[in-house]
Amino acid sequence: MKLLSPAVLLRGEPQADRVVPPTGFTARLTLFAAAAMTFLAVFALALSLATGRLASNWSEELARSSTLRISAPAEQVAAQTEAALQVLATTGGVARARALSREEQQALLEPWFGPDLPVDSLPIPQLIEIIEDAQGYDPDGLRLRLAAEVPGAVLDDHGRWRRPLVKAAGRIRALGLLSLLLIGGVMGAMITLAANSALAANGQVIAVLRLVGARDDFIARAFVRRFTFRAFWGAALGMFLGLAALLALPEAQAEGGFLTGLGLRGWHWIWPFFLPLVAAMVSFLATGAAARRMLRRLA
Amino acid sequence: MWIGGGGKVLFPPCAAIASAVPILQKDKAVAGAYVIELDNLAYSYGGGELLSDISLRLTPGSFHFLTGPSGAGKTTFLKLCYGALVPTAGHAVLFGKDVRQMDRDEIAEIRRRVGVVHQDCQFLDHLSVAENIALPLMVSGRDVSAEDQNLKELIAWCGLTHRAEARPPELSGGERQRAALARAVIMSPDIILADEPTGNVDWEMSERLLSLLVELNRMGKTVMIATHDLGLIRAAKTRVQARVLRIAKRRLQLAGADL
Ligand SMILES: Nc1ncnc2c1ncn2[C@@H]1O[C@H](COP(=O)(O)OP(=O)(O)O)[C@@H](O)[C@H]1O
Ligand SMILES: [Mg+2]
Repeated sequence: MKLLSPAVLLRGEPQADRVVPPTGFTARLTLFAAAAMTFLAVFALALSLATGRLASNWSEELARSSTLRISAPAEQVAAQTEAALQVLATTGGVARARALSREEQQALLEPWFGPDLPVDSLPIPQLIEIIEDAQGYDPDGLRLRLAAEVPGAVLDDHGRWRRPLVKAAGRIRALGLLSLLLIGGVMGAMITLAANSALAANGQVIAVLRLVGARDDFIARAFVRRFTFRAFWGAALGMFLGLAALLALPEAQAEGGFLTGLGLRGWHWIWPFFLPLVAAMVSFLATGAAARRMLRRLA
Repeated sequence: MWIGGGGKVLFPPCAAIASAVPILQKDKAVAGAYVIELDNLAYSYGGGELLSDISLRLTPGSFHFLTGPSGAGKTTFLKLCYGALVPTAGHAVLFGKDVRQMDRDEIAEIRRRVGVVHQDCQFLDHLSVAENIALPLMVSGRDVSAEDQNLKELIAWCGLTHRAEARPPELSGGERQRAALARAVIMSPDIILADEPTGNVDWEMSERLLSLLVELNRMGKTVMIATHDLGLIRAAKTRVQARVLRIAKRRLQLAGADL
């Protein structure tokens, strides 16, 4: 039997569509399954996208750097900075280390103290920016070495606590994607069941169609098209309900952090609109296989 | 003539349809001398043989009756003639091709060249009578509308104009048989196989169906009617040269002049 082409599917064959009787129960089952599964899929998708977004934000911040602060009496600052840079240059996992210039430090402080801050006359600690390489350095080891050689150095690796979070976010994202696959699989299974029961209930119709010379792929097309369109409209309905529910979530707020950041942002709103197409594709493949199997059995 | 009330033979529709289907004409040219050729054919449903050692050649334009007691295997015989069953021994050659060598698409193709009036004329109840009659056209992928002139003429020819928009369950026995006949001939088949077409209709309706079949035969179609209605056979013999075959004791015999 020839494969049904999506082109034929979309073009439609009003004649073929007429010959299959309307089937109430399987129609409702398909519509409901597609709508419910797509509704769930919208959330799985939002979860994946949101955690993906968090993970990439956090890991960007991680990659940026950590800082070394040197607080020492004014006359020792230059020497200790030099010593710290020496230590860092020989520390595994540090890609680059650079003492910030006066101007850069002033720029950092400006938001708090205004542009007129007399940096030179204040005992402001010297900051050293550390860029890690891919492996990263061992903060405890570095602290020990610094304690011995640069008494005024304080290592601030506040970004590091985020590493396990990034990992967790990655996991959640993978779970979201897995859920999407499972949802697709369950939808395919339910639509297959509905199609099988429609085909079985229409054994008589199929016999008549064969009697008058219908080829198997004509009969299969009639069923497949019907189920594919039902799945599409069901999924479209589920998608709109899911999006409405997402829109009803509270706005993302700094205090809410992760939980309120679950909605979709920017161009991510495009993704849910692919779900009905995916549902139609799943239905197309599932019912196509079911119809071919059933027609062979009824031969 | 009574058909359609217009006093003329309203059958060019099928001829027109035939000329629009070049495949049929091409096949006709290569099909050889026989429409159906059965060669030492035997059939069994799994138990003992129901039909044995059957050989028969149907020439184009011939008219046959197939008789025999109920359960003799008439319906089975017809199914072997349109590829619904494959012989368990011997050969059934339809339009020059052995059924055993056909795939399902080829069998479907054969169904379009053999008009079958089923014993229990099955229809699709969710479609109108007109749509059911047009079903063979629909499944062969052609656009048909209820307004199609050829279709209207065919429906008029078998006297169903006033029932065209009805649903099949609303039809009487005779109307069902005529609708089944119209559906069987809409593709302008080379041969018409009718299984007990007068099974549950009154005598007047039997006469009317017979007239339609005789008329089709006059247009050159091969006709085979399975029936145990001897009255029908006698009535036919006055109008058409018909051979009467009988299935008895698993064999096919030529029934004699006793009819
Ligand atoms: N699908 C089938 N499976 C098994 N036996 C069948 C089947 N169809 C018919 N038969 C048997 O074959 C015999 C002949 O049936 P049939 O061809 O319908 O005879 P007829 O049409 O002459 O009455 C009957 O005994 C019937 O029970
Ligand atoms: Mg019978």
